[in-house]
Amino acid sequence: MADENEAVWLEAHVRVTLVELSRCSGFPEATLRELLEYGAIAPGEGETFPGDCVGRLRRAARLGEDLELEVPAVALVLRFLERIESLEAEVRRLHAQVPAPRR
Amino acid sequence: MKYKDYYAILGVARDASAEDIKKAYRKLAQKYHPDVTKDPKGEEKFKEIAEAWQTLKNADKRKAYDELGTHAPGESFQPPPDWERHFRERQGDGAASSFSFEDLDLGDLFESLRGGSRAGARSRASMQIPGEDFEATVHLRLEDAYSGTQVDLNLEMPEIDAEGRLRHARKTIKARIPKGATDGMRLRLRGQGGKGLNGAPNGDLYLNVALQPHALFRTSGHDLYLDLPLAPWEAALGATVEVPTLSGAVNLKVPPNTAAGRKLRLGGKGLPKPSGGEGDLYAIVQIVNPAAASERERALFKDLAQSSSFDPRAHFTGERSHG
Repeated sequence: MADENEAVWLEAHVRVTLVELSRCSGFPEATLRELLEYGAIAPGEGETFPGDCVGRLRRAARLGEDLELEVPAVALVLRFLERIESLEAEVRRLHAQVPAPRR
Repeated sequence: MKYKDYYAILGVARDASAEDIKKAYRKLAQKYHPDVTKDPKGEEKFKEIAEAWQTLKNADKRKAYDELGTHAPGESFQPPPDWERHFRERQGDGAASSFSFEDLDLGDLFESLRGGSRAGARSRASMQIPGEDFEATVHLRLEDAYSGTQVDLNLEMPEIDAEGRLRHARKTIKARIPKGATDGMRLRLRGQGGKGLNGAPNGDLYLNVALQPHALFRTSGHDLYLDLPLAPWEAALGATVEVPTLSGAVNLKVPPNTAAGRKLRLGGKGLPKPSGGEGDLYAIVQIVNPAAASERERALFKDLAQSSSFDPRAHFTGERSHG
């Protein structure tokens, strides 16, 4: 994630540094480290994070700010968002296999 | 300027305590927050609720709002003379010049009357302020996700006009969406959000992708699924059939004795992945009888029924099928 005007798909293969994650989500680095301690975000090699956590962190940051949530509550929100995303993917996978009604 | 009744929006009395206002806001925010609600009007409702809260939670702003008097929601009104100057003086931001309220939005006005700690209108002129990030959902056709596309986005964004007034305006911006999209994916377009002020970096644009339903293909990640109807004899004898893909029709060999529900894989005929490579296309076999069989077809089916000992329901009784 380097060049200006670059378009990047935020998926697991893309690695994002903590500094970049802070810019993307609006969470201060200290808060991100706290979320890391709660296990709500998980780093890979060299303290980089999978790109798909950016969207979740942005949602959690909005909810945290607008609903005035403490960090442990934000950590819980992140876990639920991740669970919802994986359930939605599973629903899409199952739905894709169901034959469409014949016209 | 049009009046907005912030107390009515939060459903509290004008003399409600700060604690009651907070409770009312929290209750409504949990219900209508756009990241929580499924209500299509949630985002609009939450914007009103948040605007009311941002003004009423701050004691100075609440006082200034109360000094505007009571009007009917949507009614045009003028703040009392020197209202804004008095307010800015109390905030310690005394140099503000009065400007016209004519076509100003009440929410924009209160947002620009920062609560002391943040930059006021005057310092905005020289301070470096990074551009805002924007986020939007784009509904793409499957074909456009496959080949990459450009979309027009109609976004509401803040700007400072020539008079130094903060205002929100809807603008259309173009965004290029590269190949690699599928349902639920997010794209970050760096530097394509709000303009940074005085040399500060621009914000980013985040796009959430939702695919429009397609008449033939269903998606799971980057894989595509297609129903493949076969005549009973095609399924029994095998056949080569033409199937559509997003890159044009291809011939698919159906092996003899193909059962309904079997998935025939066309490798690499799915959606392109951002990390390289493509998903697959799965054709799911359906066995379909002629809608109205002719006399001749019925006769042939009768022949088949008499010559075959096939029992598709053998497992109901525990007997083995002859297949």
